Parts: sequence; C-alpha cells; structure tokens
Amino acid sequence: MPDELLTHAYCEEVFGQVADTARALGVPDVEVILAGEDHALTRFANNTIHQNVAERGVHLSVRPVIGGRTARASTNRLDRQGIREVVDAAIAITRLTERDIDLLPLVAAAPAGEVRRYYEATAAATPQERAQAVAAAIGAVEEKGQTAAGIYSTGASVFSLMNTAGVFAWHRETMARFSITAMAEDSSGWAKSSACHHADLDPLALAQNAAAKAEYSRQPEVVSPGRYTVVLEPAAVLDLVGQMFGDFSATAIRDGRSFLNDRIGQKIFGGNVTIHDDVCDPLQSGAPFDGEGVPRRKLTLVDQGVVREIAYCRQAAALAKVEPTGHGFPLPNEMGEAPANIVIGGAASSLSEMVRSTERGILVTRLWYIREVDPYQKIFTGMTRDGTFWIERGEVTKGVRNFRFNQSLIELLSNVEALGKTVRASGEESVDMVVPAMKVRGFNFTEVTRF
Amino acid sequence: MKDLALAALDLVARRGVTYADVRAIEIRDREISTKNGKAGHVSSAESMGVGIRVLAFGCWGFAATDDLTRQGLEAAAALALEIARAGTAAHKSDVQLAPEEKHEASWVSTFRIDPFTIPIDRQLAELLAVDAELRRQKGISLAEASMHFERRRQVFASTLGSLIDQTRYTAGAGFSALSYKDGEIQRRSYPNSFGGQYQLKGYELVEELQLVQHAPRIAEEAVALHSAEQCPEGEFDLILDSSQLGLQIHESIGHPIELDRVLGTEANYAGMSFLTLDQLGRLRYGSDIVNVVCDARVEHGPGLGTFAYDDEGVEAQSTDIIRHGQFVGYMTSRETASQVRQSRSNGCMRADGWARLPLIRMTNVSLKAGQQSLAEVFDSDRAIYMETNRSWSIDDKRYNFQFGCEIGWEMRHGKRVRMLKNPSYSGISTEFWNACAAIAGPEHWTLWGVPNCGKGQPEQVMGTGHGASPARFRKIKIGSAYAG
Repeated sequence: MPDELLTHAYCEEVFGQVADTARALGVPDVEVILAGEDHALTRFANNTIHQNVAERGVHLSVRPVIGGRTARASTNRLDRQGIREVVDAAIAITRLTERDIDLLPLVAAAPAGEVRRYYEATAAATPQERAQAVAAAIGAVEEKGQTAAGIYSTGASVFSLMNTAGVFAWHRETMARFSITAMAEDSSGWAKSSACHHADLDPLALAQNAAAKAEYSRQPEVVSPGRYTVVLEPAAVLDLVGQMFGDFSATAIRDGRSFLNDRIGQKIFGGNVTIHDDVCDPLQSGAPFDGEGVPRRKLTLVDQGVVREIAYCRQAAALAKVEPTGHGFPLPNEMGEAPANIVIGGAASSLSEMVRSTERGILVTRLWYIREVDPYQKIFTGMTRDGTFWIERGEVTKGVRNFRFNQSLIELLSNVEALGKTVRASGEESVDMVVPAMKVRGFNFTEVTRF
Repeated sequence: MKDLALAALDLVARRGVTYADVRAIEIRDREISTKNGKAGHVSSAESMGVGIRVLAFGCWGFAATDDLTRQGLEAAAALALEIARAGTAAHKSDVQLAPEEKHEASWVSTFRIDPFTIPIDRQLAELLAVDAELRRQKGISLAEASMHFERRRQVFASTLGSLIDQTRYTAGAGFSALSYKDGEIQRRSYPNSFGGQYQLKGYELVEELQLVQHAPRIAEEAVALHSAEQCPEGEFDLILDSSQLGLQIHESIGHPIELDRVLGTEANYAGMSFLTLDQLGRLRYGSDIVNVVCDARVEHGPGLGTFAYDDEGVEAQSTDIIRHGQFVGYMTSRETASQVRQSRSNGCMRADGWARLPLIRMTNVSLKAGQQSLAEVFDSDRAIYMETNRSWSIDDKRYNFQFGCEIGWEMRHGKRVRMLKNPSYSGISTEFWNACAAIAGPEHWTLWGVPNCGKGQPEQVMGTGHGASPARFRKIKIGSAYAG
C-alpha cells in the first residue's frame, strides 16, 4: 500500500483484484467499498495534554449480488490473501442468505456533484502543530483563572465505491475539529468548530469565547422550570433539530417509524422554516454519492414550513416508482436512507439582536444527552450545559443552573421568532450541519439540576 | 499474534521510554438481522491491528496501525514517541503509574457453542421464525430481529514483562415489534430494547432466550399500548424490571464512579461527576439495602465487562462501590490510582479496539440481589411498574436523570390493574437510590449487557455488564416527560 492514503490508482487496483477473484468464482456482479482514515487527536484536560493519539486504518468490504441475494463481508487486510478471503466470505454468506424479491441489480455510473474538501496542509498537520495551538488555548483559559479541557483533531479520509456495472466513485477529504470547555469554580463555558481546512479554525478565539462564558455564568442562580423564550446558539439548534432528519426517509415512513407518516405535504412548521439537504453547500462536508454510488441530489425537505421532499434509496424509490435521491446507506441494511447534509435557512438577526428583543428568556450555548421521548410527537429530552444564561429586558444578566427539557420539535419549529445567519455548526449529538441560531418562544424546561 | 505484539514492543522499547504497552488485536464479527419477513443486514467482518502506547518525557503517546509489516510497526512506534514528545508543549507534571506486577497468562472465555460454527442460513431461519410470529399480530407495522456475535483475541505485552493472551466471545440477540396507528407509534422489545440481551457467551445465549416463544406476547403488547391510558403524572412508588434497573445503574452509578471523570479528564465531552473525592466514604448514596459492586471476574457471571486482565495488564477484580448505602469506591486505572494515592489500580482500563487508547470503563457494575421475594417487591398500596427502556438521559455530572420505558402498569396491592403507555420517571441520582425500599432475591437477578456505551474523544463504544433484580423505590417523580 502506498504511503498516501488510498490513492485513486490503488483503489482501482484493489477493485480489479476483487472483481477478478469474484469472477473466477463464478460471480460477475460485485460492489466494493474501500475506505480509510489517517486521524490524530490531541486531547487536553486540567490545563495539560493528557491523551494524544493517532490512528491509521483501512476498511475493505465486498458485496456480491447472486440471484436476488446479497450480503457483505469486510476486512482490513489488503494483501492478496486477505482480499481472496474476504471475497470468499462475501460469496459464501450471500449464497446462504434469503432471496430478496425487491433487491435491485448493481447501479450504473452517473456523474456526481463536484466538491473540493481535501487540504494537504490539514492532512499533514503534525502533533507539534496541534500541541502549540492547544498550549495557546490553555493559556487563554488559565489567564482567567480557569481550567481547560478539550480536543484538537486533524485527519484525512477516503471513501471509494466501485462496482462491476461501471461505478467508480472516489472521494477524499480532510477534517479538523477544535473544541474547548473552560471551567471556573461553579460554572463552565464551551465552544467548538470544525472545518475541512484546519486554517479555518481559530482555537484561540474559541478558547476566549469559552472562558468568557464560564466567567459570566459564575454563581449560577436557580430559575424555576417552565416555558420560556430561548435563544439557541447554532450548536444547540444543530444537536436538537438534527435529531429529526432520519425520519425524512421513504423507508422510515413505509416502516411506520417516522413522524412524517400522514404529514407529507402538510404545513407542520412555521412559515419561516426552510430546510434543504445539499451535499454541495460550501460549508458542508462528505462524499457527493451515497452507499450504492448514486449521486446525491439536493432536496427541499421543508419549504416555508411545509414538508416537501424526503430521501429515497434505490429500493425505496423503485417501490414508490420515483427516482432515487442519492441518500441510501450501504446495502444490506434495514434503515434505507436519510438526508446527510442539512442546511437550515437563516435570516439576518444576530445573536445580540435576538437577545435585545427578548423581555425574559434563556440563552442556551449547548444541549446534552438528547434522547427521543415520543417518536410521533417528536418530543426530545436533554439538558442544557456549559453556558446557560438568563435574559432580562434585552440583556444577558446572569448565569442560571442547567435545565432538563422535554420539547416537541414540531412545536419548536412552529414557534421560531427569529433566525440568525447560517453557519457550519458542530456539536456532540448530531453530525455537523449548516444552521442558524434561533429565537424560539415557549420552550419547555421541566426540571433544574444541581449546577 | 504474540510475535507481532512482542515485535512492536521491542521497536518502541528500544527507543527509550519510561513505559510502553502494545495490544495486538484480531476481531471477527457477524451481524444478522431480519425485517418484515426478509433478511435485513447480513455481514461478517474481520479486523486486525496494533495499538502502541508509550510513556516518555513524562507524557503519553499513542499510535495505532493496521499496517503489520515491520515498516508499518516502526512508523507507528516512531509516531507514538513523537506524539509523547509533542505533549511536553502543554505539560504540568509527569505521569505516574501505580505499581503493577508482571503477568503472563492465556485465557479464553467460556462458551458452549461457537456461534461462527452455526451456518448463517440457520441463524436467519431462527430470526425469520420470530419475525413471522410478530407479524401474525394484526397492527404490527415493523418487525425486527437480530443476532450479533464477536470473537476478539488480544495479546497484551508491556515493558513490565507482561504477556497476556485473551480471547472473548460475546453474543447478542433480540427483537422488537413496532405499531403505528392513528398518529401514535408504540414499540415493544424482547428481552431488552436496542438489540436485546448481550453476554459473554456463545450461541447458547440465543437458545436460552427462547425468542420465538416470547414473540406473540410482545407483539400483542405493542398493539395493546395504543388503547392503554397515558401514564399519570405525580409522585408514586416505582417498581422497575431488572433490565431498566440495569440501565439506571449504568447511568446513575456506573458513570459517576469513573475516576477519570471525577478528576476532570472527560470534562469536554462525557462530563464530570458529582462524586468528588471528598464524598468517598462519606456520601449516603443509597438506602441500607443498596449494595453495588464493580466486578470483572468470571465469578460475577458472563457479563460484557468480564475478562481476565484489563487493557493495561491489571488482573480482573471486584471492588465495592456502595456498601449498605455508603459510597466506598471508584473505578480506577494505574494513572488515576496513583493520583489519589491508591496502591493499585482496580483494573478498569478498556479500549474498544486496536485503534483506540484504553480509558476507565465500566466492567460489570451490579446491584447485589436483595432478600425480598418478588411479591414483597410488588407489595405497595399503589405503584407504577415499568419495563424495558425506551429513552434515557442524564446531565453531565450525573445528578439529574430521566428515563422512559416501553410499557407500564398501575399496581394496587401487588396486582396489575391497568396498562399504561408512555411511562417515564425522573429524579436526582442520590435521592433515587436512597428511596430504594425493596430488592428481589438472587433467583430474579439477571446480568444485563449494555453493548453501546459511549465515552472518550475520539469516541469509543464499549460493552458493559449490569446485574440487577426487580426493585421498588418510594415516591418517585413520574410522568414529567409528557408534562407541560
């Protein structure tokens, strides 16, 4: 294997070996996924680097299609014997599986959207480079008499998918993430950012932001639970609203597990809510093709509050007699498909304008441990964390203890009073998305915790 | 594998390190599922790689690779050392480790039937039989069943001279039935939600679970929930089945006793803990009948947290966590034990594969069986009984939690009087365990597996074990998930 991670030529060579091996065993139809990652992460806590890791790995998986049957076998051994064994295993388990009358033949090639998401400098970022940025960030937090914890990661990944019907899709990208929690005696603040080019991150600014939040929320006061107007920063919007997009799936609807059952075409959100899935958005990341190699198409999921489009994998599309949208997961799977590159339309309000226009409310930095309470009303529970503030007469006046919420997303997106500019947001509970900050009335806080 | 681990260790040791360990790991995995009468997911996977951890310049470095050539191992060893050196840029004090003996051992977990010897078509047929039973019930929109098997061999070698060869077989199986009707989705699962039961066993686990026999009842309950009444809101006595209690232990005891959380090293993601060091030996964590252990030994049972040695070469142990309601112990590593001046790690360091660094993880954190009969546990004037987790959430210091269950019943004087849908309860961890009024005896105790516990950056997914028998708690806040 070359030093460079899974080059186009190398992927082609491995695919040739897989296809030849399968053909020699009497199996002409085969799909191959070859993916790899070279990733490093510098982790710090208590103002010191304490875990500092790097990993490099590859993943080859083979999916034959034999008489309406399919299954997948995987390995990380790419020598000739490893390849032969994984092809043998894939064919053996495919022959033992059940015939699926809805299984489609391998898809033919089609052009995907152009995206550029690979930056040599990010792929080559060194432990020293990360450590120096971390040291500066820790310094900014220590200056305030606080304690810092967080991560700085950089890495490159390749995802390639090839099949004997002519698909050869190859995508590589780099990704960098910096996140930091600043802790004072009885308060904390948090900030996080991600970008395909690590030069687009500003660890020092993120550290200063987190430290300012920790400083400002010292001696948090107890505010009774209840319904409040909230100003949700982009990470809070992402982590909460991001929970619903798995339901914008034709398979989920057919299974009866989606909250969109009997709601397609209806206006279920406010008229100021428009949501797209767009892999080519410049702030997005990810491959422009899906788990079968189908190009990802831009979808209008919600148009001015009305649910318009959903994602279709090839099989779901064939059953519904529509075109696939390019959002399918690698086969075989039970879930079908889901949007993966969410862009929620924003507006012109700044965070400070949202605060200024709020008589009484709560400013939320981040939400945590979000779990579904009711799958059809789309109620989620979770906690606020690392920077929760009271707003009074248009000003942030104090930190408050963290709340538990139980909130329906249908209700939340019907009560949006203001939207900020869209940004690439990064949290911990949903994949990174392009979202605005939101001001929402009547957010349902049900309990208060001890800090 | 031994040669590989020793070769990697030699490459890093000769570069001059304070300490180093290597884990060479080979994983074989099989996943099979069915959905509405068809095969869902059928896959097998193999993975092999090496993780090299070094302590040098007073800092940790870690590098992992699946390039197992000498060149690949050399590159990983050099990178681990380079990473340790880079750590000196933000370094307060040198890492110290609690002492540990050299161990040489070879161990294979007990199993009766190697799951990889059972043909996939037979396993699929078993799941399709369950599927057919579920869909026999009118009103079931989605029937899903699954099995998951793993064999993991790990050779650990360290500069202490330890050489430990362990192989663990784990199995998991279960099913669920979902019913969508009139704007409501209800689901029932067996024997637990989110994949069923997981244990350190072979295929015999699937046979023991008797999946097909339980399918009709589960499907019937999923449909019946549509016509059940909404769980009331208020303070009631609460009775939990052992699987839900297992998750309650996981979230409100297991995570807070991780000493790395307590010391702040997980603050940015998983969070910290209310169990600060001053609470040890002082905090009233439960009522007198609450006794909790963290036990990785085989004697505890075939849990997902059962092993012979942890991932830094420390022998499996049993540690008292709560003794008659008093908080008395943490889960530790060699580094954190040294930080709190304990003489030895209690062996809780685990990594989810060759590519990741070991962290303090739950082994089997279990509530010891009580002395009450099941009738005594259910003996309350009025109580809500809940079964099978549906949602779980807890704050980042592990005080405030909220759980939802798939099904509930209102109980009067030990008898079920009506089925309740959408049951939930919430509270503060210490208050909840102090309200424990009755725990059923050992004949009702089950060692449950949680296969999907997340922690660390990059995140690692670990299997943990939690033994529990049904228990009753006084005056618990119920129903607030649907309030407001």
